[in-house]
Amino acid sequence: MPVDLLSFARAVSDGEVRVIDLTQTLSQEFPTIVLPPELGQCARFRIEEVSRYDERGPAWYWNNISLGEHTGTHFDAPIHWISGKDLPNNAVDTIDVAKFIAPAVVIDCSKECAANPDFALTIPFVEQWEARYGKIEPGHWALLRTDWSKRNYPDYAGLRDDGAHTPGPEPAVVKWFVEQRDVHGFGTETIGTDFGQGHHFNPPYPAHFYMHGKGRFGLQCLTNLDLLPPKGTVIVAAPLKIKQGSGSPLRVLALVDGPRK
Amino acid sequence: MTTPLVRPKRKNPLKRTRLPLGPQGVRSRTAHGLTAAAAEGRFVLQVCLDCNTVIYPPRDACPSCLSARLPFRDVDRSGTLVAETTVQTSTDPYFRERTPWRVGTVKLDVGPVVVAHLHGDAVEGGRVRLDFKLDRSGSAVAIALPEKDTENMADDPHLREMTCDPKFRRVLITDGRNAVGQAMAKAFSDAGAAIVFVGLADGWKPFPGLDVIRKIERVEIVPLDVTDTESVTEQAEQNGARIDIIVNTAEHVRAGGVVDRHGLTVAREEMDIRYLGLMRLAQAFGPVLRSRGADGVNSAAAFVNLLSVHALMNWPAYGSHSATEAACLSAAQCMRAELRPGGVKVLNMFFGPLETEWFQTVPPPKVMPAVLANAVIRALKQGVEDAFVGDVAEDIRQRLAVNPKALEREMTS
Repeated sequence: MPVDLLSFARAVSDGEVRVIDLTQTLSQEFPTIVLPPELGQCARFRIEEVSRYDERGPAWYWNNISLGEHTGTHFDAPIHWISGKDLPNNAVDTIDVAKFIAPAVVIDCSKECAANPDFALTIPFVEQWEARYGKIEPGHWALLRTDWSKRNYPDYAGLRDDGAHTPGPEPAVVKWFVEQRDVHGFGTETIGTDFGQGHHFNPPYPAHFYMHGKGRFGLQCLTNLDLLPPKGTVIVAAPLKIKQGSGSPLRVLALVDGPRK
Repeated sequence: MTTPLVRPKRKNPLKRTRLPLGPQGVRSRTAHGLTAAAAEGRFVLQVCLDCNTVIYPPRDACPSCLSARLPFRDVDRSGTLVAETTVQTSTDPYFRERTPWRVGTVKLDVGPVVVAHLHGDAVEGGRVRLDFKLDRSGSAVAIALPEKDTENMADDPHLREMTCDPKFRRVLITDGRNAVGQAMAKAFSDAGAAIVFVGLADGWKPFPGLDVIRKIERVEIVPLDVTDTESVTEQAEQNGARIDIIVNTAEHVRAGGVVDRHGLTVAREEMDIRYLGLMRLAQAFGPVLRSRGADGVNSAAAFVNLLSVHALMNWPAYGSHSATEAACLSAAQCMRAELRPGGVKVLNMFFGPLETEWFQTVPPPKVMPAVLANAVIRALKQGVEDAFVGDVAEDIRQRLAVNPKALEREMTS
């Protein structure tokens, strides 16, 4: 059966397909990942006015911006991690563009995270989710709803004496997502896809290690996941075409069936 | 004794702020020998190499033997105030606003007679110490101070016009996240600053010194990130009109040279935090500082640059850092020219390695942050423009004056 793209477009404009913005505004204040200070750091988002209807450009307003590939809401390509460095088409400019549109499941652990910033996602937790909503089909984004995006910045970053305390997945569940559920990628509301204390896991930073090692993608600093149903969302997440880019800030859109309730 | 300053009343926001004026500031090239000394708080006069005559005012030929060999030398500043008078009116707009103004003649023990401004505690017939200070035009002028320190002597209106005393002034410490910023906040509070604004970037990043800052009297923590133009602009809009002294404590010290460093990320951070950060502060706060140079007891007074002494000579172990500091030094020279019409001084404080985390592997001598902070207070009270603190800074200054090329070679050993 041919796909009727025009009726799809009509459904979008009529609001029968809702478009939800999963993107944080790129601003100077939004937290960026913090590494030990002797290591290289991801640049913060910065904006410099080029002109604003003034002597620098009388009839126009524009800015120069600077930022890192991993600043704000962003996409992680497999080349980002050492485990994915030798895969074919592993950078944002070479990934098959069809992969920038994919369905998603949303695993809600916001209640668990509310009381426990060190909540770690496990296989049994996802199996419970599957018992309720059905098995995760191949090619889906696994998005972790923690409501972390609703927190103020200090709580959002969760930095303490011993590093960040933010929720994320255990190594086993990431491996399972990739090998047993063939997910498209893993997405979170937190600064990174990994558990705040993921440095102490084996392997360290499993969401990066396993996902990118098998050519899967990452999305982080997402918001509005609470507006998505557990299943049936389509994600449009197309990173900038940066030459051999390891990732990219981007606008992440979710398409959801049915008018806003 | 001097009548102590009283804390100025809160400003009537409907009152016009008077524009700053400066005294006549033109000096001959030779006379700038005194400017150079006043900028560092030294007392020098020309001494003839051929007949040992001590000379004032500066000349190109010795009045005694016509020799042209007249270097400036540190000399004894003691003398006697032989006569004084009080100027009741003047055709000079700067002094018109400030009369009555006492001036007098000081007979120095080393010989010359000097016409000088008079501190209130310098009395006719009495012994005095002569000092050269930079006036509001940035030129060296002589002022006779009482022989020994007197009570509240810094509050003397003539002297205060030539210094940047933090007392009752409002200061902005641009970055309170580092040890220097914290030490600076404490020192300015202790020096009687009316408000110590302390800038903090990234409130979501905890740091150990926050409790230290909060406990300091008269501290107000304000959001400020020198790498973010909008943040600096907003802070200037918010508080710029009530900040009299700015101390830029934002730092980014990293080891590594120019060849022997991997990539430009750190260099960009250095330039962004230090050089561009300085420019952001200068553009946001400079114009309002300059406009408030005559705004009463707590007029705008100074912009303080904390500079590695390696701005003057590159230290290859911290070579890229040194280059950034050199850029800041050059910018500071430009800022001096731009802020001088407001009578606002730019103090460059030079120091060697600090006793802080980023100089962990560097052997002593190192400068404690508190020592640096106290040196800044001292320099502001003196009204100098260039100050060196610590053995390394002093050593480099002296070696640079003698043989810059030798120093360049020696920086690697």
